[in-house]
Amino acid sequence: MITLPLANFLAQPVGVSQFVIVGAIMFTCGAVCMATKRNALGILMGIELVLNGANINFIAFGSPYLRSDAGSLGMDGQLMSLFVIVLAAAEAAVALAIALNFYNNFNSIDVDRANQLKG
Amino acid sequence: MARGPGCGRQGFVRPSEAPRNAHVVAKYINQFTEQLLQALGMSVDPDSFAVSILGHVIAAMIHIFLLLNLVAVGALVFIWMERKISGRIQDRLGPTRVGGKFGWLQTLADGLKLITKEDLMPEGADPLLFRIAPYVSFCASLAAFIALPFAGQDMPFVAQHLNVGVFFILAVLGLEVFGVILAGYSSASKWALFGAMREAAQVVSYEVPLGLCAVVPVLLAGSMDLIFIGDCQTGWFTNWYVFHDPFTFIVFWIYFTCATASVNRAPFDLAEAESELVAGFHTEYSGLRWSFFFMAEYGSMLLVALLASILFLGGWNGPIPVARLIGLEEGGWLYATMWPGWGTYLAGLLGAVNVLAKGCLGITIMIWIRWTLPRLRIDQVMTTCLKYCLPIAAIMFLGATTWQFVIPGRAFFGFLPASQTAFEVKENWSDLLALPRQATSSPEDAPTHDPTPNPQPPPAAETGPKQTHRPANSPQPLTRK
Amino acid sequence: MDTSIYWPTFLFWFFAAVCCMFAIGVVLATNIVRMAFYLVLSLAASSGLFFLAGADFVGAMQLMIYVGGTLVLLIFGVMLTSQAKFVSMKTSQFDWTLAALAGLCLLAVLISAALAIPEWKGLERAEAESLGIPQTATPLGMGLLGARVDAPQRSGYLLVFEIVSVHLLVVLVGAAYLARAKRKRSTAVG
Repeated sequence: MITLPLANFLAQPVGVSQFVIVGAIMFTCGAVCMATKRNALGILMGIELVLNGANINFIAFGSPYLRSDAGSLGMDGQLMSLFVIVLAAAEAAVALAIALNFYNNFNSIDVDRANQLKG
Repeated sequence: MARGPGCGRQGFVRPSEAPRNAHVVAKYINQFTEQLLQALGMSVDPDSFAVSILGHVIAAMIHIFLLLNLVAVGALVFIWMERKISGRIQDRLGPTRVGGKFGWLQTLADGLKLITKEDLMPEGADPLLFRIAPYVSFCASLAAFIALPFAGQDMPFVAQHLNVGVFFILAVLGLEVFGVILAGYSSASKWALFGAMREAAQVVSYEVPLGLCAVVPVLLAGSMDLIFIGDCQTGWFTNWYVFHDPFTFIVFWIYFTCATASVNRAPFDLAEAESELVAGFHTEYSGLRWSFFFMAEYGSMLLVALLASILFLGGWNGPIPVARLIGLEEGGWLYATMWPGWGTYLAGLLGAVNVLAKGCLGITIMIWIRWTLPRLRIDQVMTTCLKYCLPIAAIMFLGATTWQFVIPGRAFFGFLPASQTAFEVKENWSDLLALPRQATSSPEDAPTHDPTPNPQPPPAAETGPKQTHRPANSPQPLTRK
Repeated sequence: MDTSIYWPTFLFWFFAAVCCMFAIGVVLATNIVRMAFYLVLSLAASSGLFFLAGADFVGAMQLMIYVGGTLVLLIFGVMLTSQAKFVSMKTSQFDWTLAALAGLCLLAVLISAALAIPEWKGLERAEAESLGIPQTATPLGMGLLGARVDAPQRSGYLLVFEIVSVHLLVVLVGAAYLARAKRKRSTAVG
């Protein structure tokens, strides 16, 4: 039947590696976003993507549904994830304040305009 | 029944002890499908891939259908109620023509009219964001109903029983602001943008005291599970958390104020004020898209009113425990005359009626306030939040904590003992903490040996329910009958 | 072997697809507001992934703080700084090629690392179905207060909690000071 390979695919639980792959894709997207965007807020969005990819990894390492041995992080994974979320919020606030100041001073949000140390 | 670390890994609740509604419904649907297909002459394996999808999908659709009906029909009824109540407050009649003498179907007629309107979009608008904004608002409003229970105890009427119910609902409620911002921005109109920014600032600011107020019943119950919070208030109205101590009483009113502001109802509705900003963020919307914004608003109103009823007003427990008095509970005389399980189901229905009645009461008060009080300016709105609601909520939170610390296990401002039918604490972690404990006479069985490698073995002494640290007056152990 | 569908796997692939698709959308979009919207959807889908992995508290916290707070802040910033209608700043083709190359190499390394560890293959279905619903709120709360109830031989997180609380306070005061309304210069510089 056509559904047989699909059935094998969807009938087994997922492991940590699938979560890590998703986290890797998020991380890479964030890194490319940071590298290519000229808008300061675009760079900030890249930072958020990177931190979220790392969060997915932490949660996956600490999940009892994905791995069963004693090497699992357990609740530590979720606790670390909590702190990453909090720190990401704090860092976004500061970065946004800096971006707003930049906009007010140079009337442009393009980071390529910030090429002087003077001022 | 101790739920200590001995029962499974890391304190999980076994699936058999926690029936999940969707799985039960799906199982019945699968069995029904199998019998139907057998009757039709085809035999099919119910565990095969294709058939197993069917049961769960239909079960999920039934749940969503019920919730969607609640929100949509609720919006219909509440818009009608608003027009009638506002009419009476303003000394006029309100709708009287469509659907009989009281204009029951006025909202339906308005909805049909809105569907037939022209589908406009401003020229400079961003097409994708303009189209998607009402649905984002509505989805956020509807998604929060997933974790909202309508009856509790043995047969909870909830789409998904979440351990962190209160937190989830508050989180999803805060996502509605995205629809507003997107609508305002993509409308390419400065009135819309101003309205959207003000509304977003208001909603986000009021989330803070709202969360602080919602945490007080969580603190009193000891769990974020909404079903557990509702079940802690069984019995007479004296067990309700709003009457638990004077701090919680004040917190209820602050919660109601913050909830009214959070859903942008008057007197906090500057963002949609006709006289000031044309129509705020939904200026450029017409027809069905506009009606989605309104369904989202009434859905959110219903949500915060239902949340208030579960957190503070006892939820599915009425002021008089009717189900217990007429013998509908397990072990009662009326329960014994029915098929097993039906008594619980009917008691649950009574509970759902209670919850909805209290929600409707909350909405009626919101409507009443809207048409009585004048509108606040945006700086007055922000002042109310940051200078009044937030400090009062914080001080009341401290007060409620102190009350719970000094006078634990009492109800109704400390005059009555705690409810006799309250349930046991579901999580029993105290035996791992190795804190000095009192010997209690509770009928808890000792935990079995913890399978995870643990350098300090669990103490052999018997454990009690979650204890506080005061030796003198230990709280009444809450046990299931 | 049980061939009926295992819903957590299906939901995982659904949320993972939404998450990755919108993350790629963030990279490829040119309009800053659409980028922000795609980011919202991507992070909301990753919150779904957290719920699937048993971290319900962290998932709700992601929705409330990250999506409902940080991204609202971001969108406010976007609106305050993009007054010129839908301004787009294009990156040169060379930069795109270089970044794509580096990104693909990074992705290849990470994926090969992810697939190389045998313990990460996943549980057996019977074992996964025997697990119940996690109760994570109490262990997390107690862990933040220093008492680890789930794994007592590990340390608590009280110091980190205090540091993060003070850090948040300092950061918010600093950000509010940095972004205060100043008297705007009448002529733009540069």
